[in-house]
Amino acid sequence: MSERVPFPITEEMSRREVKPQLRRGFMKSSMVQLTLVRFREFIREPEAVFWTFVFPILLAAGLGIAFRQRGPDKVQIGVVTTGPGSSAVVQSLQKDSTLIVTTYDDSAAALALRTGKVALIVVPGSAKDSVHYVYDRGRSEAVNARLMADRAVQMGAGRLDAVRATDTYVTEAGSRYIDFLIPGLLGMNLMGSSIWGLGFSIVTARSKKLLKRLMATPMSRAQYLLSYLASRLVFLILEVVTLVGFGHWAFGVPLRGSVATLFLICLLAAISFGGLGLLTASRAKTTEAVSGIMNFIMLPMWIFSGVFFSSANFPNAVQPFIRILPLTAVNDALRANMLEGASFAAISPQLLIIVVWGVVTFFAALKLFRWR
Amino acid sequence: MVTHLNSSAPALRVEGLRKAYDDVVAVDGLNLQVETGECFGLLGPNGAGKTTTIEICEGLLTADSGSVEVLGRRWESDADDLRELLGIQLQDTQLSEKLTVDETLTLFQSFYREARDVGEVIDQVELGEKRHSRVGGLSGGQKQRLAVACALVGNPQLLFLDEPTTGLDPVSRRGLWDLISKFQAEGRTIVITTHYMEEAERLCDRVAIVDHGRVIALGAPKDLIEAVDVSHLPPPEPRKTSATLEDVFVSLTGRTLRDE
Repeated sequence: MSERVPFPITEEMSRREVKPQLRRGFMKSSMVQLTLVRFREFIREPEAVFWTFVFPILLAAGLGIAFRQRGPDKVQIGVVTTGPGSSAVVQSLQKDSTLIVTTYDDSAAALALRTGKVALIVVPGSAKDSVHYVYDRGRSEAVNARLMADRAVQMGAGRLDAVRATDTYVTEAGSRYIDFLIPGLLGMNLMGSSIWGLGFSIVTARSKKLLKRLMATPMSRAQYLLSYLASRLVFLILEVVTLVGFGHWAFGVPLRGSVATLFLICLLAAISFGGLGLLTASRAKTTEAVSGIMNFIMLPMWIFSGVFFSSANFPNAVQPFIRILPLTAVNDALRANMLEGASFAAISPQLLIIVVWGVVTFFAALKLFRWR
Repeated sequence: MVTHLNSSAPALRVEGLRKAYDDVVAVDGLNLQVETGECFGLLGPNGAGKTTTIEICEGLLTADSGSVEVLGRRWESDADDLRELLGIQLQDTQLSEKLTVDETLTLFQSFYREARDVGEVIDQVELGEKRHSRVGGLSGGQKQRLAVACALVGNPQLLFLDEPTTGLDPVSRRGLWDLISKFQAEGRTIVITTHYMEEAERLCDRVAIVDHGRVIALGAPKDLIEAVDVSHLPPPEPRKTSATLEDVFVSLTGRTLRDE
């Protein structure tokens, strides 16, 4: 704390001078006390703990299981068994273990195709040496089914391969959906807990006139705001360890880059989003108002910044806009670090974007902040 | 009722204070002087400008014009010192419900250079049994006493209490009166607003009655009571006792203090 200039006391009003700060234990210092308050308010709110720590893990587990790597996909195909050559065709198809063959009469086959039960309908021709395929050319699994079914039918009829082919199957940790997802969830969580954590509790304090009451004490305003960041940093470590640890332990999500750099990215992200949280909270008088502002800020980033799917899916025209969003920079940096093992230098452009966001929002928030 | 007129400068001096909000003039040229060691009451109907006046004196609002001198200092130049020296209880503060009484006071204590012992303050406002209870579980009266404790924990020279006994049961109210008297006995100053006339009569050395942002009467409760002409007031019931401060108030403002 900076030293205050002692007030010149005149003789006649020598009732009590303002003495310098008494020596006081570390735990009794206002910075520690303010941070402890943030801490207590958080852990005594079970919902906040759930959304910050449990929910991201449930989400990661659910999505990780839903999109887990399986063996080769089985292809569902239907065969219309009214033609004369149908039994030979069914026999040929059943030899291929990746095909699941269902036999239909005419009308039931059309329904099965329409409802997506099968990807392809095979109609054996009236002549013995002809076959007809019915499928949607726009669906890749239907095209795939067409190729596989045709191969089985042709081989069953005696075709021989001109070239002998062999296969090696690989599954690369780092290229699966869960590997893409965990860094995205981490980025989203860092954003959410910083913005909610700061925005909500500051606006609550303002609407309950607690901020006003604190303004009447000698409390340092900078310390008040810093206490939010300080408590965020403590929880940050827990957040990163639980989510990354879970991904690594349960799904083998790789940690190819330096762990120190990973924490640095998270630290900068938490501080930067803290600035954004401060900005959202700087003027709102009610928690309803600030909820709206927070959703308005976070929703575009949930969609554009590559949390659940790659931001490369959006058209080139909007890519420059997507690249400068703070969550995009955070997610890109996290993925580069965890999945590609990128060096600090390689992710410095992203880190720069994160820092600029933090600095700009923090100073804008200080300028706009309404203390009462 | 000894005041320390000659011992030092006034604890509070307000001159020509004006404060207007968008559509209403809250304080309209108000003058006030509170001596050191005095318990001074600000009385007036709701909307009279009491809270605005107090909040300007507390440095929470800035006046449109006029001057305020608190403990010989001015907010423009000595805000940091003043925040150390003032104890404040606001009407509408809700302290954090998730903290305990002890944690709340330890937090407030940490802001002050010459703070008092938390346990001592808790005992003084008779919250000893609730020391480790969450604020959210306290009754209205207990919360009110905690707010007063937050004002005391900084060891202030001047205490601003804005309707501190509203909503308190009679026992707690008397407890708070004792506390105020003890604070005053140490030579410190209190500025209090209240809607309870018997409270003002009992506690205050002097009161100012404020209406429409101005002081319309000023003096010791006893003197104001002696001076009031009750003849034009409809007697609510036949009574033998002399006029009360309530009568002074009604006669001056045409309103009762408790009309809310």
